[in-house]
Amino acid sequence: MKITKEQLLALYETMFKIRRFEEKASELFADSLIPGFVHLYLGQEAVATGVCSLLTPKDFITSTHRGHGHVISKGADVKLMMAELFGKKDGYCKGKGGSMHIADIDKGILGANGIVGGGQPIATGAALACKKKKTGGVVICFFGDGATNRGTFHESINLAALWKLPVIYVIENNYFGEFCPIEESCSVQKLSTRAVAYGIPGITVDGNDVLAVRETAAKLIERARNGEGPSILECLTWRHHGHFEGDPGDYKPAEQQEEWLAKDPLPRFRSYLADTKKIALKEIEGIEEKVDMMIADAVEFATNSPDPELSSLLEDVYA
Amino acid sequence: MEERSIWFSQAINEALQLEMRRDPNIYMAGEDIGPGGAFGVTNGLIEEFGPDRIMGTPISETVILGHAVGAALAGMRPVVEILFSDFLFVCGDELINQAAKMHYMFGGKAKVPIVVRCPVGAGFSAAAQHSQSPEAMILNFPGLKVAYPSTPRDAKGLLITAIRDDNPVVFMEHKMLYWFMGDVPEGEFTIPFGKADIRRAGKDVTMVAWGAMVGTCEEAAEALSAEGIEAEIIDPRTLAPFDKETVLASVKKTGKVIIVHEAPKTGGFAGEIAAIIAEEGFDYLDAPIKRIGAPDTPVPFSPVLERAYIPSAEKVISAVKELF
Repeated sequence: MKITKEQLLALYETMFKIRRFEEKASELFADSLIPGFVHLYLGQEAVATGVCSLLTPKDFITSTHRGHGHVISKGADVKLMMAELFGKKDGYCKGKGGSMHIADIDKGILGANGIVGGGQPIATGAALACKKKKTGGVVICFFGDGATNRGTFHESINLAALWKLPVIYVIENNYFGEFCPIEESCSVQKLSTRAVAYGIPGITVDGNDVLAVRETAAKLIERARNGEGPSILECLTWRHHGHFEGDPGDYKPAEQQEEWLAKDPLPRFRSYLADTKKIALKEIEGIEEKVDMMIADAVEFATNSPDPELSSLLEDVYA
Repeated sequence: MEERSIWFSQAINEALQLEMRRDPNIYMAGEDIGPGGAFGVTNGLIEEFGPDRIMGTPISETVILGHAVGAALAGMRPVVEILFSDFLFVCGDELINQAAKMHYMFGGKAKVPIVVRCPVGAGFSAAAQHSQSPEAMILNFPGLKVAYPSTPRDAKGLLITAIRDDNPVVFMEHKMLYWFMGDVPEGEFTIPFGKADIRRAGKDVTMVAWGAMVGTCEEAAEALSAEGIEAEIIDPRTLAPFDKETVLASVKKTGKVIIVHEAPKTGGFAGEIAAIIAEEGFDYLDAPIKRIGAPDTPVPFSPVLERAYIPSAEKVISAVKELF
């Protein structure tokens, strides 16, 4: 699959933006500036970046409790995101949603979701809307290995296959559902094989290789756009932190953690770009500087944003 | 507008037909709705609109309701049928955690215009898993609207309003009313949500009831009238939003109130209405507030037991007499 220099730069910028956003969120959570639960995407950046790099404004995504990476990849504004994490008035949801409920319907982001598997039926319905309205749009449904054990997974994929809907179910297999290893929760270990039950393609790919993710997703997205129906893309990856901030993740075997940290998608892609001389190191550093400033601006924006007015408590219950 | 007498189920069918003709973004999804569904309510619609808009689904309540949320977010206006309201709990997450909360949780930017039609209620020995009236549970989730019509006219007018509403609406159709006839205008008309109907005027006691219990109260009111007690019957028509002003105004006039519903008494919506009257209309009362609900049991199967389970006109009459 051909890829331009601009596209490579864009991939790196998105991955780096997610990385920096999450590192900052981790720091701010530790400093008690972010309340509630925060589930970070650190280590999984290549998945959302690779898949969403292929999307257009008419396409939709559904996300998860670990959703910052997905929504950044689909174009969410990090200022509004950070303000929402702070619970501030200028946040994406006016401080009503927080980390687990960031949505930007105009950008096709149908919400992060606090219910594991909650996005699967929603993505299926959005795909039906794309088909009915003949927009040519596709839907990417992100979820983790744990969500493949939900009833929503079965009902959604069965219906999508039956109705040939343009949706790709992207399993981010990071080997743990909350604290539970997949050996103890999944009846099969290669989760893409679950596609067989629905008569649709299921592919497993190295989820820490952004170009591999992109290339494989491109084929599945093209199929979906051509009316050939849904598919499953399993991306093997690893979350660097615990399930949520504050969870030390002791249940992850040290050896495995070390092994995966060595496969960190970000330095890996950076070295690839520099070593192959596809992008000059100076340009990479330029992107990094730009992103650092963007994240600093986001934190400043969030810090300066006022708390929601108490009267807003009762607003927006009904449209 | 020309009126004629039609079945309750026909009135719903007409509302669906008229709205689907008006707006191509409206479609229906549900189990067996092509052939008309379990009660024939959607009869004939597939002939006019075809299988792309009258979409039969697998027996998959979770994705029936859940897909509607996604389709609505992406610009459609789905009307889904959950075969029996008891099955709402199969798709509880999709209704409660997704549809109901999204507008608020996403800061007012997402709209989820879906209608969830579901047959409710007991009356023909469908037993515990096909007979309940679960409105009270649903009313504890802000973000949902709940309509519960008692006449063919209200069914049509309220359903058209529900379909045009930008919020998720649970539309409860009492199964025993499907075969009830009444005058209904031809063509489009709407009945606003949150506006109760005074079904019978009276000065001595207020009865608040919805769905099939309105008929039960009418029967009781007739008998009481013969004994010189004139009951006023208030049908709220929608329970969320709930028209408390009309109820309070009636209680102010009569000084006595009885609330009747088919759901079990404990945790039923009568408790909420009684609390509203106690908080805001205590001074109007000259007798204790009466509540009649089903006993706190699952719905029984045996016709004999089921008849004893469903609140009857006799129970309403004797409860009213205790107030005098």
